[in-house]
Amino acid sequence: MVKLTLKEQFTVPLEAEVLSPDLIAPLKNAEIKALPVYHGKRQRRLEDYFTIEGDGSDEIEIDGDLAKVKWIGRHMTRGRILVNGNAGMHLGAYMKGGTIEVSGNGSDWIGAEMSGGFIRVRGNAGGQAGAAYRGSLPGMTDGTIVIGGLVRDFAGLQMKGGTIVLIGGAELRTGAWMTRGTIVSLRPIPLLPTFAYASTYNPVFLRLYARRLAALGVTIPVEEQGGAYERYTGDASIPGKGELLVWKTWNGAA
Amino acid sequence: MERRGVRIVDTFAEAFDMRAARVVITASSPAWARTAGQSMTGFATSVIGCKVEAGIEADLSPADTPDGRAGLSVLLFGFDAAGLTARLVDRVGQAVLTCPTTACFDGLPDAAERVVVGGLLRHFGDRYQSSKFLDGQRYWRIPVMEGEFVVQETFGVQKAIGGGNMLILAKDQASALAAAEAAVEAMRKIRGVILPFPGGIVRAGSKVGAKRYKNMTASTNEAYCPTLRGRPGVHTELPDGVNSVLEIVVDGLDRAAIESAMRAGIEAACMPGVIEITAGNYGGKLGKHHFRLHDLALPVGRVLPDPPS
Repeated sequence: MVKLTLKEQFTVPLEAEVLSPDLIAPLKNAEIKALPVYHGKRQRRLEDYFTIEGDGSDEIEIDGDLAKVKWIGRHMTRGRILVNGNAGMHLGAYMKGGTIEVSGNGSDWIGAEMSGGFIRVRGNAGGQAGAAYRGSLPGMTDGTIVIGGLVRDFAGLQMKGGTIVLIGGAELRTGAWMTRGTIVSLRPIPLLPTFAYASTYNPVFLRLYARRLAALGVTIPVEEQGGAYERYTGDASIPGKGELLVWKTWNGAA
Repeated sequence: MERRGVRIVDTFAEAFDMRAARVVITASSPAWARTAGQSMTGFATSVIGCKVEAGIEADLSPADTPDGRAGLSVLLFGFDAAGLTARLVDRVGQAVLTCPTTACFDGLPDAAERVVVGGLLRHFGDRYQSSKFLDGQRYWRIPVMEGEFVVQETFGVQKAIGGGNMLILAKDQASALAAAEAAVEAMRKIRGVILPFPGGIVRAGSKVGAKRYKNMTASTNEAYCPTLRGRPGVHTELPDGVNSVLEIVVDGLDRAAIESAMRAGIEAACMPGVIEITAGNYGGKLGKHHFRLHDLALPVGRVLPDPPS
């Protein structure tokens, strides 16, 4: 495992798309230290901002408040990134495989246009999780995003596949223009009028996710004794075949 | 060789190469999983007559199933992967998809050869179906009146062995049946095998072809029919005192599983009223897998040396 520790906080965001197992795994320690990052318009070395221990590995652990560090895990296809702290914008964007876990908060564009892999943020997240970038047609097409806290607007914007689990709920316009895919919310969320109620049930496929997520310490309810999921289909403005599954306990409590 | 007064004939069961699939069925209750399993494995006693041999392998606890519900595993055996695929699609489609609350998963995830099952059954969804891709496997969600049917896209197929067998020769029908029932109970505790015939027992052992009907692929094995003993032209294999014979056929995922099952079956079948235990073979000419009863009747680890040639 290679371990990085942020040296100091900075105001200008750092663009560090080299923080990916695909790039780091085959490198020696000295080569990792020399990887280029961009601080504003200036190209720097990764070691200018992080202390780096160990040679390259598919396992990357990063300590520190990385709220100003963008593009962590961009395009990654394998391995695991563990962030002990917050993570900046575009976490796991274009991701194709592997796992990213963030112990703190995430920011905007988590898993944007991802096509595989697994992202878990224990805290809150910004807007456009799993979304399509401006000018792109499809948002995330596959993979799983789990957000422990509250998510801002436009989660799953133009989503075309995959699964987003919102444990702490979401703000506005969740699933806007989604064509396919699943957004699961364990709390009531404001729904766009272009989503239609379908039924209330406990989907069997969620049990597969429940088992997978349980191994990572995430619990989602699947037993009928506790409640059921209200299924909404949309976004009818496209028209889309996506689904929102909103958990509802039998006594109505969230 | 004798075992508790029962003669174990120095012969062997002759078995054949087959292909096998394992299907895991889950449901909202063990009873509904069993209903689906029984329905799926119906009319699957002989690959010659039914195109597939199938049976329930084991009950599974929630901890052992992909979706965390109670279930069971079913083994299906066919001559080749193509034929097995067709049977899987037929039987999962007609017996599991239709059964309330069930879901259906592959039970051989490590098998290199994979055949498409859910990927064909999804068409029942008439483009209302959707899928999820998780941990390298695709699962289809087919909307049905009750809710959704979840089925894995592909199932593993592996080499297997079919046609292991033992014959229980007893003084009367009741003794033969009691011994066969005891053997079945013991053999069904072994993972990796099924006993495809009704209740695990077959009373109509067959020979290849027929003497008098040319279009028959199999016909009654007169050498083991007590009612034909003494009839001109009939060579009997039945010792004096034998008035009823029952056979147990066993298919397994590998040789070790069949050996374990046959060993348990022989041990359990050596009961009062049983005169002899033997096995069916074709002289070793048709199947390359031979299970010698004397090896199986010995304690594990002891193997008789081959007789001098």
